[in-house]
Amino acid sequence: MTASTTGLTAPPELVQLLTPEGERIEHPDYKIDLTAEEVKALYRDLVLVRRIDLEAVALQRQGELGLWASLLGQEAAQVGSGRALTDVDMAFPTYREHGVAWCRGVDPINLLGLFRGVNHGGWDPAEHNFHLYSIVIGTQTLHAVGYAMGIQRDGAEAATIVYFGDGATSQGDVNEAFIWASVFNAPVVFFCQNNQWAISEPLEKQSRIPLYKRASGFGFPGVRVDGNDVFACLAVTRKALADARAGQGPTMVEAFTYRMGAHTTSDDPTRYRVADELEAWKLKDPIERVKAYLFRGELADQEFFDKVEAEADALGKELRRSCLALPDPAPEALFDHVYAEPHALMADEREQYLSYLAGFER
Amino acid sequence: MTVLTLAKALNEGLRAAMDADPKVLIMGEDVGKLGGVFRVTDGLQKDFGEDRVIDTPLAESGIIGTAIGLAIRGYRPVCEIQFDGFVFPAADQIITQLAKMPLRSLGKLKLPVVVRIPCGGGIGAVEHHSESPEAYFTHTAGLRVVACSNPVDAYTMIQDAVRSDDPIVFFEPKRRYWDKADVELGAPGLPLGKAKVVRTGNDVTLLAYGPMVKTCLESAAAAEDDGRSVEVIDLRSLSPLDMGVITESVNRTGRCVVVHEAPVFTGLGGELAARISEACFFRLESPVLRVGGFSTPYPPSRLEDHYLPDLDRVLDAVDRVLAY
Repeated sequence: MTASTTGLTAPPELVQLLTPEGERIEHPDYKIDLTAEEVKALYRDLVLVRRIDLEAVALQRQGELGLWASLLGQEAAQVGSGRALTDVDMAFPTYREHGVAWCRGVDPINLLGLFRGVNHGGWDPAEHNFHLYSIVIGTQTLHAVGYAMGIQRDGAEAATIVYFGDGATSQGDVNEAFIWASVFNAPVVFFCQNNQWAISEPLEKQSRIPLYKRASGFGFPGVRVDGNDVFACLAVTRKALADARAGQGPTMVEAFTYRMGAHTTSDDPTRYRVADELEAWKLKDPIERVKAYLFRGELADQEFFDKVEAEADALGKELRRSCLALPDPAPEALFDHVYAEPHALMADEREQYLSYLAGFER
Repeated sequence: MTVLTLAKALNEGLRAAMDADPKVLIMGEDVGKLGGVFRVTDGLQKDFGEDRVIDTPLAESGIIGTAIGLAIRGYRPVCEIQFDGFVFPAADQIITQLAKMPLRSLGKLKLPVVVRIPCGGGIGAVEHHSESPEAYFTHTAGLRVVACSNPVDAYTMIQDAVRSDDPIVFFEPKRRYWDKADVELGAPGLPLGKAKVVRTGNDVTLLAYGPMVKTCLESAAAAEDDGRSVEVIDLRSLSPLDMGVITESVNRTGRCVVVHEAPVFTGLGGELAARISEACFFRLESPVLRVGGFSTPYPPSRLEDHYLPDLDRVLDAVDRVLAY
């Protein structure tokens, strides 16, 4: 059986507001009116986020990080959706949402702690309304829906956004999250970054239909947006969040994008995908089109671009410095925070191990 | 004093917990109108509303995963897993998320989630309805694991569990749901982490929890007729263990038998035996013996009487430790 026998032959629709050439186009359902300053701010976000990522990859290559999951190519999806959030909204990321973290005000050095191995997550989720990275694929979608159910019970006007990838859509948890969000009408936006690859597995291994079309089966709207178009990602996510806050329940946003780098620094994509594919997506680069738009409309001058570049350099340098300065945790940190309340076994093991260690100092 | 079944005592305990804290929620399959398949949540939705007593979709991972999200938002969910054998779809959320997220957050997040699981056999049920999966959870750092054995403890332990800021897996002995006892409503109980000597004796210590406490008490009574003085300890907390009460007893009796329904191989009895051998080595008169389920899947119900430890198998082990 092929897809054509199932009646699902309508071509996917893609919301796009800024073409890869930097041309602004309109969409009947998604209006956006950005000032020059707002566009420049988005451009700055995109460049700085890419720089954080680049620096982290370099730090891993030099042995300073154990691993890094690069977001290269997904900057617009993350910055567009991240900047759509208001202070009261809550975000639940995967381990690749460095751009969303940036938008939520999480110091990039805190992201590096996890990948350097000094902690499993070094920021306060409540301080930034940005949850910790989830490594087990799709688990966070249920947390987001539960959190959204809490928003409902609080009578608050807020929404939750949860990030996941194309591979995660095959997980039971993600499908359960869709069901729960639907039957409880939870204020949650399912933001799926379809970067075409789940490590080595292409989308065809996960789905026979465009991912956004799955939403209708669960009873809520789904929309595919050009994930490399920061304007469209911003507009579509804003609308979905506003709907959620207004009590209209969940929306699934499929940001159609491309993982331009490896899955992580441990991966070798040359084993499973052709170079032509990457070259084709490079032409749809999320940053270049904003730059072209700014140039085309004479909204920014060279001085602006130079300034952003200098800021990126400084940010990268500072990130490197603070990464190298991250202290290794003390051995007793092993036993900290495992339980919130006093725990006899923790206390015993801690005391015994510290006493054992102290034996070496005599 | 009110005479309550164990199920009703849990119900009263949950009611008290919900009265005490508006953030306490109940969620699970059939917990609302039906009151749960064992009626533990009977009447709670009627009194506290559908927002606080939530009939969930039939998805165990969803129950725990959304409970985690609600806890992050400041709620205290009490989740019901309908039967022991149905907890495994939720195992990922319990083990990789519920147990580990507080540490992942360096203590910034607390997850006061209670996972209630009716456990154990002896009710003639079909497959997956009679299991004792506690060792999977005691092996998971970040969880507390407790088991109640009687109505008095059930009433206070469930309230203490709800009050705890740590995630707790709460085992309920389903074949004892209908056992009755006098319960003083409103009275506090022994703290959650404490073991309890439920019968004093001098010759042998029996360690048990959940459904096997009653079996051990009956065994001890029978042993007394043979002139043997058997002490019985209800562990109550399986993780962490209250080793003080245990070692005090075994140091006195010099002999110990651990009894649980779960398979003996890599069960909680192995951990207890190892810890007792370390702590009581010079006072032990015999090895610590274990009585429990066989290393087989839980059998069809016509065979469960052979699988489950009973009075005779416990007394046989008592004979064997006394023969040293």
